[in-house]
Amino acid sequence: MKHEMTNKEYSDYVKKKTPNSKVFLNSLKAFISGGIICVIGQCILMLLKKCGFDEETSAGYTSIILIFLGALLTGLDIYPKLAKFAGAGTIVPITGFANSVVSPALEAKPEGMVLGVGAKIFTIAGPVILFGTLASWCAGIIYWIISLF
Amino acid sequence: MSNRIGRQTVELTSKPVIIETASIVGVKEGEGPLKDYFDRILADDTLGEKSWEKSESALQRETAYLAINKSGFMQSDIDYVLAGDLLNQCVGAHYSVRDLDIPFLGLYGACSTMSEGMSIGSMLVDGGFANRLMCMTSSHFCSSERQFRNPLEYGGQRAPSAQWTVTGAGCAIIAKDGQGPKITHVTTGKVIDKGVTDISNMGAAMAPAAIDTLLAHFNETGRKPNDYDMILTGDLGVIGSDILVELMLKEGFDLRGIHHDCGKMIYDIEKQDAHAGGSGCGCFGSVFCGYIFNELKKNNLRKILVMATGALMNPTVIEQGESIPGVAHAVAIEN
Repeated sequence: MKHEMTNKEYSDYVKKKTPNSKVFLNSLKAFISGGIICVIGQCILMLLKKCGFDEETSAGYTSIILIFLGALLTGLDIYPKLAKFAGAGTIVPITGFANSVVSPALEAKPEGMVLGVGAKIFTIAGPVILFGTLASWCAGIIYWIISLF
Repeated sequence: MSNRIGRQTVELTSKPVIIETASIVGVKEGEGPLKDYFDRILADDTLGEKSWEKSESALQRETAYLAINKSGFMQSDIDYVLAGDLLNQCVGAHYSVRDLDIPFLGLYGACSTMSEGMSIGSMLVDGGFANRLMCMTSSHFCSSERQFRNPLEYGGQRAPSAQWTVTGAGCAIIAKDGQGPKITHVTTGKVIDKGVTDISNMGAAMAPAAIDTLLAHFNETGRKPNDYDMILTGDLGVIGSDILVELMLKEGFDLRGIHHDCGKMIYDIEKQDAHAGGSGCGCFGSVFCGYIFNELKKNNLRKILVMATGALMNPTVIEQGESIPGVAHAVAIEN
């Protein structure tokens, strides 16, 4: 080759040739759609409180309902279509967590309930659960140390 | 052997003939610009199977039967089947050829599998080791997503440089004699790795391998781009094709107007939201066995160079920090 590029040169060249994601537009879409999901959650919360549930019970039920909706829409193949538009707006709320659990479970069905669904259900959500638990454990330790003084 | 004309290129003096092809594609591909050229368009990408892996095997099996039927030969007339696909342990090929009564050689060249098969197949025929053989490959969007990316129902966004795995299969029958376009030269590619680690930019990972093979082909045969009516790559897509043409120009070979890419041809990139274009073994497989073979038969194309490109990507090794090696095999065909 007459113009052999080093790996670094090629990588810089590729970067120039590759179109970037539209960060501003995607952020705006994520902000609006994520916000809409939060508004829906808020409406459910207020409705539950109107029905006479206390603050804590209402919050718990709200999460459960949103998770159910996320799972249902995943199964009906609607959630991935919403996510294509919304991006982070549908990944960050709790409905996104439901989607990340249900989608591998659905796909692993042909391999059976134990080694398929059972083993693969947390392939995406697993790290969230692990590091979420670890983070709350760390927060607990810090809280305990502070409470000593 | 006098057939070797260079480090990577052989000349096939007996000129093996591609006597028949068959192609079957999925729903999305059947809505694309090449829809009239495929033998069959699936109404349902599952093919009635319960898992995507089984669907892909069924797709390849149907394509094999179709090619055999179209050729008018019996399975006993075919000496080898050379087949492969993208899935672990080449599930698509193995579970389709178990229903055939033909000696089998399994191949893995990622998306370069079809031209790898045609290279080896034509050399087997030229060497007198087979009278007739089949080269076959497939890919399926759903089984590939599952193996290489995320579950289908996972709500994520694709990068603009990402390519869409084609649901499709192609099968070509190569014979010692008969009617059809002839294979004259084979240039076998080396594995080239320029350090690309972005799994959403396969075109950029494969382009250096395509350039390397093309340069070897031109240098060793003494041919120039203008000697061909078309230089067809497999699935470099929009970005990879752009890189190929630009860097080849720097090397002194002008491919503008001659180069086409199956990944860019199979979808209407804007309307079908295919981002950087199609990819997968079935991309080159179906476009070559559908559209290109048809154009060769009609003599609209007389002399072409086809080169499927493969990104030899393994998700586990990528997680370990490795880059994506590429490979490309070129096959010269003329009427």
